[in-house]
Amino acid sequence: MSDFTLSCPLPIAQRKTVVLGHGSGGKLSAQLIREMFLPAFDNPLLNRLDDQAVFEAGPARVAFTTDSFVVTPLFFPGGDIGKLAVHGTINDLTMSGATPLALGAAFILEEGFPMEELARIVASMADAARAAGVPIATGDTKVVPRGKADGMFITTSGVGLVAAGVNISARLARPGDKILLSGTIADHGMAVMSKREGLEFEGAIESDTAALHRLVAEMMAAGEIHAMRDPTRGGLGATLVEIATAAGIGVEAESAAIPVREPVRAACELLGLDPLFVANEGKLAAFVAPESAGRVLEAMRANPLGRDAVVIGEAVESHPGMVLLKTEIGGTRVVDLPFGEQLPRIC
Amino acid sequence: MKYLDEFRNHDLAQKLLAEIRRTVTRPWVIMEVCGGQTHSIVKYGLDDLLPPEIELAHGPGCPVCVTALESIDRAHALARRQDAIFCSFGDMLRVPGSDGDLFQIKALGGDVRVVYSPLDCLKVARANPAKSVVFFAIGFETTAPANAMSVWQARAEGLANYSVLVSHVTVPPAMTAILESPGNRVRAFLGAGHVCAVMGWEEYEPLAARYGVPIVVTGFEPVDLLEGILMAVRQLESGRHEVENQYARAVVREGNPEARRMIAQVFEPCDRAWRGIGMIPGSGYRLREEFAAFDAERVFDLDGIVSHEPEACISGLVLQGARRPLDCPAFGTSCTPETPLGATMVSAEGACAAYYNYGRRR
Repeated sequence: MSDFTLSCPLPIAQRKTVVLGHGSGGKLSAQLIREMFLPAFDNPLLNRLDDQAVFEAGPARVAFTTDSFVVTPLFFPGGDIGKLAVHGTINDLTMSGATPLALGAAFILEEGFPMEELARIVASMADAARAAGVPIATGDTKVVPRGKADGMFITTSGVGLVAAGVNISARLARPGDKILLSGTIADHGMAVMSKREGLEFEGAIESDTAALHRLVAEMMAAGEIHAMRDPTRGGLGATLVEIATAAGIGVEAESAAIPVREPVRAACELLGLDPLFVANEGKLAAFVAPESAGRVLEAMRANPLGRDAVVIGEAVESHPGMVLLKTEIGGTRVVDLPFGEQLPRIC
Repeated sequence: MKYLDEFRNHDLAQKLLAEIRRTVTRPWVIMEVCGGQTHSIVKYGLDDLLPPEIELAHGPGCPVCVTALESIDRAHALARRQDAIFCSFGDMLRVPGSDGDLFQIKALGGDVRVVYSPLDCLKVARANPAKSVVFFAIGFETTAPANAMSVWQARAEGLANYSVLVSHVTVPPAMTAILESPGNRVRAFLGAGHVCAVMGWEEYEPLAARYGVPIVVTGFEPVDLLEGILMAVRQLESGRHEVENQYARAVVREGNPEARRMIAQVFEPCDRAWRGIGMIPGSGYRLREEFAAFDAERVFDLDGIVSHEPEACISGLVLQGARRPLDCPAFGTSCTPETPLGATMVSAEGACAAYYNYGRRR
């Protein structure tokens, strides 16, 4: 979730119905949050618009988050909806520097859903939670009539603890910060899309879904992280814009520095999609104090989940809220939030 | 990636830029015809790197942008039908008609599906025999062969529940219209590489000769575009006006004979209205009489639809290269990708969307 300044927002009332773009992580999502949810729920914890809320409970600082998972297909190369639901919520907690403590999982199941598939998804969730060392401690199940849900939806919530002195939030990024990316982008989105559309890249492209809490712990031990996000829906492009906007800083990044796997790049080219706006589920972008950026990068590269970590750019004082990308051939482009879903080009 | 990396090479691009700077001696307006080229230019920041003498005018080659409002309104009427499955290329979904877009129709229960190829519609038609499956056949000569093929195959299979709403347009008549317009400033064209991959470039030779304009068939990557510009500038500076081919890895003079044959068998030329520009004689394709059973305009009653265009939109002038997106008072204020007044602000290939998305907001 994030806040953005738009040049000409359409009052929400002018759109009579919800459209798919409202869930895309782009401008329409931002608009829905800003004009519908924020005014209604108005409070300082929510208004910060981080991926999690961090609040004090007695002597402890608690991070709390929730996320819904509605992926089609439910099984895709490299993962499934259950694994995503566990990793996604762990990652949302982790991006505040929190140590995840426990998860909750709520299932909405469609009547007629095969028990065998449910068992596979539940086993996959259990594996993911066990491997991460974060228990699924509570849950809920609802069943809706056939045709009222797309197989199954999962909502996971999570709580974690934030150590004293740890303050990581999008609004805390500063000019001079180095921007570190933990690896290749667009793997998850293209894995799901190639499976969904029956395109023939299957096998070569796998989702990057992973729990990042151990990687983050090692990064925090190595240096000073100001802001951090996992670029899920909306991709790295949206994440950079969100942080630039929240912190009131400019971002300057190098297109050539951003790693994209060959088959992923080929799939994006074929469909006319920009990998910058395609979802990831096991990557993070961190704004790190320049003095410790080298050490944090080393720590990232020492962890398998950060093996391909790179510095992609830095935060600057000029053009606050704007992300500039230096292109391969030496030109410059502005990176803006995508409007809604990216649409394949006609030719 | 082979055929991409070398055409996005920094050093090669810089060498071409230096050569363009060395060659150019006075101002020239060069139009890139295709919207895909416009997007590359803005996405890679080429326009900022070129010497000030060279002005790129963005052409009419964005297929969804130039699809007439009347056609879009007809498409929307079909998509609203309970008995229909309406199939479209993805970037058509957000183009505004007189009343909303296909996304809104989908949200209200219309069965609207994005396809990557018109042949996918045939699968949909076979799987849904009780429904009418309509494909919105738009685009230039690039999409025409596959669109024609879908009709050809539907007839061969006797697939009675498939039809196409045809709103095809062709490039050479549009270039002629631009060259004939009294205020025309365009002195050279970068020809649309993929259109020429289908059609070849014979039909551009009379244009180059008659109007004295260089036409360089050009690809879509930054190095392609810079090389195409360099070739055009060399012609302009030496007073030549020929058709040249920069996109040699994809285009030959006679184009793709199979594809051309398929187009000619299924379609015939017709007059066509272009959104924002108006009627251009001989600039469209329609289905030949023997394929009337697959023509959605004859299968369904689509009369009585009244279309109205927002007044503030100057997309017609933008599509002719007469104005740039930034010249429009509505650009970035009342017209944004969220609230597009015209299709040029919507499509992946529209000039206004390219400027907006890649940050040309000065």
